[in-house]
Amino acid sequence: MDFGFLSQPAFSGGGTYFDWVLSGIKWTMLVSICAWVIAFTLGSVLGVLRTTKLWWLKGPATAYVELFRNVPLLVQMFIWYFVVPEIVPKTLGMWLKQGMPMPEFWSAVFALGFYTASRVAEQVRSGIQSIPVGQTHAALATGLTMPQVYRHLLLPMGYRIVIPPLTSEFLTIFKNSSVALTIGVLELTAQARTISEYTFRTFEIFTLATVVYVLITMAVTVLMQLVERRLRVPGFIGTGK
Amino acid sequence: MFTDFDFDVIERALPYLWQGMMFSLGLTLLAMVGGIVLGTLLALMRLSSYKVLRVPAGTYVNLLRSTPLILVIFWFYFLVPIAVKHITGDSYAQGIGPFHSALIAFTLFEAAYYCEIIRAGIQSVPAGQVQAAQALGLNYWQATLQVVLPQAFRNMVPILLTQGIILFQDTSLVYVVGLTDFMGAASKVAQRDGRLVEMYLFAALIYFILCYLASFFVKRLQSRITPPR
Repeated sequence: MDFGFLSQPAFSGGGTYFDWVLSGIKWTMLVSICAWVIAFTLGSVLGVLRTTKLWWLKGPATAYVELFRNVPLLVQMFIWYFVVPEIVPKTLGMWLKQGMPMPEFWSAVFALGFYTASRVAEQVRSGIQSIPVGQTHAALATGLTMPQVYRHLLLPMGYRIVIPPLTSEFLTIFKNSSVALTIGVLELTAQARTISEYTFRTFEIFTLATVVYVLITMAVTVLMQLVERRLRVPGFIGTGK
Repeated sequence: MFTDFDFDVIERALPYLWQGMMFSLGLTLLAMVGGIVLGTLLALMRLSSYKVLRVPAGTYVNLLRSTPLILVIFWFYFLVPIAVKHITGDSYAQGIGPFHSALIAFTLFEAAYYCEIIRAGIQSVPAGQVQAAQALGLNYWQATLQVVLPQAFRNMVPILLTQGIILFQDTSLVYVVGLTDFMGAASKVAQRDGRLVEMYLFAALIYFILCYLASFFVKRLQSRITPPR
């Protein structure tokens, strides 16, 4: 293995191939983090709605989860990028196609965010539902209203329970961000492929990309274990070992 | 909005899309069988008391699980022909098409995920079962094949099938190496005829129907075979 090619000037764009790798890492991070903001916010709302007893809140949330979970991410990515600008009203469509900066990036963020929201919703729902129902009854008996029960009991406990599954959802979003290369986002996997085409150093550059993915995964896992330990409520099962 | 929708383009493309769907389903089934077999071996290795088996299996599973599937597909697209050249000495790697590369990539990738499911399944079998089997004089393989695995698989069937549905969705990613699975076929027609809206929405609809029905049946199966206690 010879990584010398990384310091060579790249085929285009001024910098070296190493700069391409760094730029790939940057876009992978940006897509993942922006998509995670959508996935976490929307997923939390949907997850909470699915635990309510009101059918007109529960129904739409369930429909959303089923719809977005049962269509492959690649198809959703293409729909956000190719189909949405065509079927929205004309002026908005024109803006999406020509006016909006970085259309690939935002399509990827929306596709990945809305797709992962359905998975986050399921985790949040199962976290809330794993809290014994007696606790809700006790809270209601002390005079709390249902919104207060969510605010002071179900959400704080539920989120602590789902930290490990939510961590793996974040890692999934981070790996799935590579699907964005299909609509032209130059993230890490895309850069690795392009560099291998220009330099024929396929083995080296794929190894480097794999190592970066593994290192980031390890870093996130360790960080989230620390967070989990910090937030642990003593004396409760399921909130850390 | 849908006024200039052209349904004919879908109708004309149906035979081609059907071929693509057969490719997707074939790849899913083969990779699922391969993944479960290899995943079972990996799970047994990870649970083994020998470090020489445990550590490599653990490293393999963690490595594959932290790498994106697309990168794994690229890896095998690059590595499989080289490996075949080494083994057969045929410098053109004849007989190994893109399908085989994709199949190997999916099998090895899914094996890592199946390994973790099967490991949890094996661990859910009460330790008393193994001890009872040993007390009866069964050796490791007899106890594993006749006592542990049948009970473990019985509990795991729904999760294994759910993973199969995820795998079916993931096979759409062979698009990145230009293979014609269902999504690849839809995408080729879409670009040839300039009918992106119709073809991608149709592809989404078909995937949705298939995956929704499949997960519905898995859910019913799950409630039926909930293990007797």
